[in-house]
Amino acid sequence: MTTSAIVVESLGKEYAVGVAERQNTTFYDVVSDWVRAPLERIRKFAGRVEEADRFWALRDVSFDVAEGEAIGVIGRNGAGKSTLLKILSRITAPTVGRATIRGRLASLLEVGTGFHPELTGRENIYLNGAIMGMTRREVIEKFDEIVAFAGVEQFIDTPVKRYSSGMYVRLAFAVAAHLEADVLVVDEVLAVGDAAFQRKSLSKMSDVAKRGRTVLLVSHNLGAIRNLCTRTLVFESGTLRFAGDVTEGLALYERSFASAGAGFEHTQFRGPLAEHVRFDSLVFRQADKIVDIVDPLLPATIELRGHATQTFPTVDLKIGLFRDGVFVASCHDTPAEARMSEGEFTSRFEFAADVFRPGRYMIGMGAVAAVGTWVWGQDVVAFDVSENRGGRSADRSEGLIGLPYRSERVQ
Amino acid sequence: MPAETSAHERVTVIEPPAGWRLLNWREMWGYRELLWVLATRDVKVRYKQTVLGAAWAILRPLLTMAIFTVIFGRLAKVPSDGYPYSIFVYAGLLPWTFFASAVSASGQSLVGSAPLVSKVYFPRLFIPLSSIGSGLADLLVSTVILLLMMVWYRVGWTPRLAATIPLLALLIVLSLAVGTILSAATVAYRDFTHITPFIVQIWMYATPVVFPLSLVPQRWRWVMYVNPMTGVIEGFRSAFLGRPFDWVALGSSTSAALVLMAAGASYFGRVERRFADII
Repeated sequence: MTTSAIVVESLGKEYAVGVAERQNTTFYDVVSDWVRAPLERIRKFAGRVEEADRFWALRDVSFDVAEGEAIGVIGRNGAGKSTLLKILSRITAPTVGRATIRGRLASLLEVGTGFHPELTGRENIYLNGAIMGMTRREVIEKFDEIVAFAGVEQFIDTPVKRYSSGMYVRLAFAVAAHLEADVLVVDEVLAVGDAAFQRKSLSKMSDVAKRGRTVLLVSHNLGAIRNLCTRTLVFESGTLRFAGDVTEGLALYERSFASAGAGFEHTQFRGPLAEHVRFDSLVFRQADKIVDIVDPLLPATIELRGHATQTFPTVDLKIGLFRDGVFVASCHDTPAEARMSEGEFTSRFEFAADVFRPGRYMIGMGAVAAVGTWVWGQDVVAFDVSENRGGRSADRSEGLIGLPYRSERVQ
Repeated sequence: MPAETSAHERVTVIEPPAGWRLLNWREMWGYRELLWVLATRDVKVRYKQTVLGAAWAILRPLLTMAIFTVIFGRLAKVPSDGYPYSIFVYAGLLPWTFFASAVSASGQSLVGSAPLVSKVYFPRLFIPLSSIGSGLADLLVSTVILLLMMVWYRVGWTPRLAATIPLLALLIVLSLAVGTILSAATVAYRDFTHITPFIVQIWMYATPVVFPLSLVPQRWRWVMYVNPMTGVIEGFRSAFLGRPFDWVALGSSTSAALVLMAAGASYFGRVERRFADII
């Protein structure tokens, strides 16, 4: 088969980013900001957005996907993968370049898009199917298959707000998995559900790929990419760094975590100290290896590297763990504020096994040198914790994070 | 290669948006089922988990009518062209309530559907379009109530009632035109979230809803005619009460509705490709 399913030519996407908002420290600042902010916005509205407020999320990307290929798209957060998917799914328009898609494209950037909590499982299947571009007839034909795949037969006429989160996700994925499309674009959705359901989803995906459909899969689940894909695209800060062999692409991607250069965007950090205490990179280590997905059953070490442009007598350096928008905990690299000398530093945070729960966490980081002298970067790193239960009986614990504790039952 | 692949042989070219863009009617036709699904979703969800359920569709217009009858009919003694004030005000409130709820609902619809807009592609225009679905269902219910009330108040049904059908089409076009413009504007400038309720409120008093057009002095009538809702409200009232139609008002309403619809469609088409970036 020599026809191309997707042809991407010098595709680029530029975003206008808002100027970092001023931080209000005094009441006067707050009040004067009330007055100033609308005026400034009106001025900006009238004029053009300045060059400095723009950035390229994707730049000069060209590639070709042959019909029937399964492509794994990998890259660190902010590398441009999601932007690429959004352009291909026509959610957002490119700034320059062109993409040509042959055949019907279905994109799955999220499972359960448009699910309405008040509607029943049955009603949501029709709603979600229609939103993803299925006709009513297609949904009717596949209805039983979808319900069986999700395993929710008993609850099909119950409003989905009464579903457990597992049932909800399974139903949502089941609808998506039964989309008939020539080109399927998938983002991270495999990271849902329990291990058994993930396996089921993966085999469904490989079925799709084997039936000659073209698949473009973005995932941090490197195992899934290795199993499903015939080729990889590796993105780095908005550009296509590598296109080709899966093993080679994965190796390149894994190396990018260790190299200090492939670090953070400094624009993510705010505060008066932003120029002086710089955070460069963060990696997870488990069993002496740098890992991409954290295994919840093993102890984990976060290694944060950065440098200071001058010596500070007291610095409180911390990382903040966030989950679902909730600030879970802050972790500090020294018991009390301590001296930070000019030059490079490495902060290590060691976590016991069973602290992180399956799912996604965000990490923010910052430092305070004195009152009013600080730097903070919100959501700088995201990391995923796998569902791995290592053959252990189902973990009953719930919540944002696992706590170290001992318990007993006395009778 | 399976046969169905060649059956779907279509090519999509994705390029930067080029200025003013006409709506893609063919694509919208392809997605027509979705419009229906979205509209019925709102109707289904509307009265879930309420004790009275769909009875609200009957109670709301009746309560509003009672309030207006007491305040404007009894206390302020607003004239009603010789009809019982309740019937008079209800015949005007019926299309007005639809207009007000359609404009507010579609104005907020895009912002309210941000998760949808940023995760999946379909013709964006369907979001404001489908948001009038539940208003339409309410309108049908309140029309039945009015017809029953007319029997009670001994206001006879006349053949002019048939005019409600083209009037309804005019009302829908006008509501959608205004709602579509507001929905796109609200995405770009959230200020419209706060402005829209005022627009609707002021508009109501600039329209002969609670008072008859005859109350407006002759030299100020033209102001009322500029307002496209005047013709619609007066038209509905004439159709229900069996009065002659005001063709000038109807003509100006129809032309305004068409102009607004064209303006709305092209404004929407121009900004829709940016929605996901700014929503």
